[in-house]
Amino acid sequence: MDFFAKLGKSALDVFRVVGRAGIVLWRAILSVRRLGRSVGLIFEQMRQFGIDSLPLVIITSVFTGAVAAVQVSYQLKEFLPKAYLGTAIFKSVVIELGPVLTALVVGGRVGASIAAELGTMRVTEQIDAMEAMAIDPHRYLVMPRLVAGLVMLPALTVIADILAIGGGFVVAGVALDVSAKVFIDGMRTMFYAGDVLGGLIKACAFGGIIALMGCTAGLQAAGGAVGVGRAATRAVVASCVLILIGDYILTTLIYGIIFP
Amino acid sequence: MINGINWKDGSFIHVDDLHKSFGSNHVLRGVTFDVFEGETLVILGASGCGKSVLLKHIIALMYPDSGRVDYRGENIFEMLAPELNEVRKNFGMVFQGAALFDSMTVGENVGLPAFEHWGTRGEELSKLVEEKLTLVGLGGIAHLRPSEISGGMKKRVALARAIALDPDVILYDEPTTGLDPIMAEQINELIRDTQKELGATSIVVTHDLHSATFIGDRVALVVDGRVEFVGTTDELMSTEHEAVRNFIARGQANRDRPEPDFTVSF
Repeated sequence: MDFFAKLGKSALDVFRVVGRAGIVLWRAILSVRRLGRSVGLIFEQMRQFGIDSLPLVIITSVFTGAVAAVQVSYQLKEFLPKAYLGTAIFKSVVIELGPVLTALVVGGRVGASIAAELGTMRVTEQIDAMEAMAIDPHRYLVMPRLVAGLVMLPALTVIADILAIGGGFVVAGVALDVSAKVFIDGMRTMFYAGDVLGGLIKACAFGGIIALMGCTAGLQAAGGAVGVGRAATRAVVASCVLILIGDYILTTLIYGIIFP
Repeated sequence: MINGINWKDGSFIHVDDLHKSFGSNHVLRGVTFDVFEGETLVILGASGCGKSVLLKHIIALMYPDSGRVDYRGENIFEMLAPELNEVRKNFGMVFQGAALFDSMTVGENVGLPAFEHWGTRGEELSKLVEEKLTLVGLGGIAHLRPSEISGGMKKRVALARAIALDPDVILYDEPTTGLDPIMAEQINELIRDTQKELGATSIVVTHDLHSATFIGDRVALVVDGRVEFVGTTDELMSTEHEAVRNFIARGQANRDRPEPDFTVSF
């Protein structure tokens, strides 16, 4: 019985979080009509979401590309000629590694910081103060972060894609004895614009997930410093899980139906 | 006519049979009282009796399990967001911990409501901010951050922000809590002066009897989630009502002891 009670409680918790996130999302969407008045706030969030995450994204993507080159060449050396190294790296980076790894590292950094900032504002009554002065926190706090997420994660992903392929290119040339021409020819064969576009659509969704889960966890924070810490953890866990689940669903949809 | 103020007919804010529970904790157990235009009503009660929760219901920051709050005859709990926000523009609230936005300067804090609602910009906004800050005795600190000023100054800035839109009603949540007696006295005087200057209706939540009698026209005593007594400050001090006598006796006993330090700093 205890087991079923726990199972039921966890299931209810999941629905509660999804429900709250849905409400936060809906209210943020409703406030988009006042986008014009929030331009300054949006640019500030874009800076925090995007530009401040650049160093982390640069390091992650360069080494991801380098490791991908080593792995591909090691695992496929028996089956594939080295001419296909560029193809394999390009495809795996733009479809999967670029969007997902960028989302996961940015989700950890930005999701936690959004949740901690909004959570602190919640427990110190700053959000109440905002509502009391008739300013909707969903417009003033959530919507700019959501827009920043939707715009900046694809932008970061483009940078990550380029750097990861660059990392793979360098390793291929230096350590794996694949010349630049061979690598680039490999990338050209089987190049589909849909691959790149699909990756960016995924990145857009992941950016929305990170901002939304950060805001939802922050707005629900309660109980002082402990509550703020818990909100930050919850935001990161929720966004990572949703990014991975969302990745499966979106990959199936995009590469199965939209760009088959 | 009480304390030289003429009450207008009918109530301005009417709180009717408010109930609120948090889990098994039944905090408000049928709170009913009226607030008249232009008066200062003090909601007095021991710590943890639900005063702050009650105050948050008056501006719909919390919703009750049952009961209503009427502002100028309309139930605020039935209003949709746009209508509620229009009503909220007539309110200013000073929070217990001041609740200043710590990502902004003092000036941006005070100017935010006018910036958002009136579209005030540039020179005009700076003038308005300076005017409000001067009113609370803090001219010339608009460039500082909330982290750079003292607790007492934060409360003053919070008051300046609350009166930025020239509200009809000012709500104060424990304005003197966490301040030393001298600073508390200054805040009490400031509340009374602001009241005289602006003529706004004020609702003050406090556990401090001295503060209540100093700033209040009328006092509502909350005990165990109900309003046990409503009357003028003179009536409060002279009534034979048992709950009131108990509260006053305890209040005086506490005044003889050194004040415990409940300061919470963020």
